[in-house]
Amino acid sequence: MANYKKFFVLDVYRRIYLVREFELRAIEERRRGLIPGFIHSCVGEEATAVGACLALHQDDVITSTHRGHGHLLAKGGDPKYMMAELAARSSGYCKGRGGSLHIADFDLGILGANGIVGGGIPAAVGAALAFSLRKEKRVALSFFGDGATNQGSFHEAANMAGLWKLPVIFFCENNLYGEGTPQSKQAPLCDLAKRAESFCFPGVIVDGNDPLAVYEATREAVERARAGEGPTFIEGKTYRFRGHYEGDPQVYRIPGELEEWQARDPIPTFRQRLIEQWSIAEDEIKQVEDSVQQQLNEAVAYASSAPIPQEEEALEGVYADIHGGKVF
Amino acid sequence: MREMTYAQAIREALAEEMRRDKNVFLMGEDIAIFEGAFGVTGNLWKEFGLERVRDTPISEAAIVGAGVGAAIMGKRPVVEIMFGDFLPVGMDQIVNQAAKARYMSGGKVSVPLTIRVTTGATGAAAGHHSQSFEGWLIGIPGLKIAVPASPEDAKGLLKTAIRGEDPVIFFEHKRLYGMRGAVPEGDFTIPFGKARLVRRGKDVTLIGISGMVPTCLEAAEELQREGVDAEVIDPRTLVPLDRDLILESAVKTGRVVVVQEAHSRGGAAAEIAALIAEHAMDWMNAPILRVGARNVPIPYSPVLEQEVLPGKEDIIAAVRKLF
Repeated sequence: MANYKKFFVLDVYRRIYLVREFELRAIEERRRGLIPGFIHSCVGEEATAVGACLALHQDDVITSTHRGHGHLLAKGGDPKYMMAELAARSSGYCKGRGGSLHIADFDLGILGANGIVGGGIPAAVGAALAFSLRKEKRVALSFFGDGATNQGSFHEAANMAGLWKLPVIFFCENNLYGEGTPQSKQAPLCDLAKRAESFCFPGVIVDGNDPLAVYEATREAVERARAGEGPTFIEGKTYRFRGHYEGDPQVYRIPGELEEWQARDPIPTFRQRLIEQWSIAEDEIKQVEDSVQQQLNEAVAYASSAPIPQEEEALEGVYADIHGGKVF
Repeated sequence: MREMTYAQAIREALAEEMRRDKNVFLMGEDIAIFEGAFGVTGNLWKEFGLERVRDTPISEAAIVGAGVGAAIMGKRPVVEIMFGDFLPVGMDQIVNQAAKARYMSGGKVSVPLTIRVTTGATGAAAGHHSQSFEGWLIGIPGLKIAVPASPEDAKGLLKTAIRGEDPVIFFEHKRLYGMRGAVPEGDFTIPFGKARLVRRGKDVTLIGISGMVPTCLEAAEELQREGVDAEVIDPRTLVPLDRDLILESAVKTGRVVVVQEAHSRGGAAAEIAALIAEHAMDWMNAPILRVGARNVPIPYSPVLEQEVLPGKEDIIAAVRKLF
């Protein structure tokens, strides 16, 4: 672990810090009225998104979830266009038609966030099938939560991927809650990586709050996939610091649990490691943080002044060849 | 012109498109070694191999969903859902994933996915193997819906579906698989949104959907003997729908019966009837009528099934009410 170069770990920190601060900024801007819709924030879960995407190439693809901002940023999504999409503007990633739950950037290999729990997993398997048919060395990684492992779509997709040994990584962020119900009340097991056994591929458990541990586990899975050895299931044990959605009263949260996990908050924990393990100066870290804050100031400014969609834009883009009012 | 069956025409379209474009591949339950539950894919696996004609687990959500992912990555998957009745098992992937990807991404991605699915009743197959679900899916923006009713249309429309950039649900009526008809030689396509004037008439318009097109023709022949000259129209695709030909015929005859095998409540026939009511009411000489299955699950007993499904006599009885 100590072999990592200083610039690398500082960049890892920049990425997890960006995800955290993007979320806090989005929550704030929603409160102020810039963002009209839902936000399902990933505060507390930055290390899984960043660690996993670090192991991917740009032409590898991911599918994401309703809690997807971290995945999108980690795969290279631009905070400007993300914030503009959250603000429902024409220059947002989806021209204001998708919002938080549908952000996609196909050039970056982001096949989309998803409003349906487990909805994106089969598409990742399909992308991996396309790579396999074309004999490309690309991989697909599907992010999903613990709740999605109770969906049929997960089991169908994992079975198919195991059967065909497709280059896909099933990345489960086990944040201990599926919407408003604890994971322990939703499934008869708590180590979800065990589910992989029934599909005959490895299931790995990793500390989901440690970006480097996540990176290493994912790198190994990616190598296996590229070598034609098939899928891996990675379970990142982590915790959702905020509600299922912003505004969630969280009556279901187990007392004391949040405080316990906050002591292992991935951001300050990794920051401290930069200082202790890599002897990085406080000033240098501060510089990185300032540049992220600057980037987010620009993103919010961009979103605030971005054009609001014209009414007629509502009818465009349903089909490739049927336009506007001709949609029937 | 040479003749072939509806099933052969579909197989020929699949083979030609696979030869034409290496991105086209087939995936579904029992479509390769078993050669298709209805024999449609036949021996295609021998020419194209088991990678491109791919047997899958019984996993409709994964079949459709993997089709979505492969389509987004530039392939042109043609997936087969063995019975229309199994569409609900994969419905999230159809309705929420395939249909919405283009629009919700701001138009940045295409999902050139064709979902071939059998539809309709063939006799004593009961409520899980006899249904017609096209009416459910016409309400989902982003999907195109094809309902071919002749071998020529099946071939030409399937080629259009495979070459298009949007997801298509391609309903193949099981009762039509053995129907023989003329199919032109060589490469041809039939555009979506162009209805077919099957029989010219002046007294009443019968609009038949999928397997009901031949039944409408039989009814028209019988009505002719009673002195009623019926026009028969096959919409060929329900989304997009050829409003022009439908309204033109309605205006000409002033009497319309819309016929579907699906349950009559909330179906495509209701949609077409509403279209005519909205745009051609002033030309109507009689109420616009629908003929469809009675609104109960399709029963097993041939006696009960016949009672529930629409047939020639139901169409003729409906027409008689209009005069």
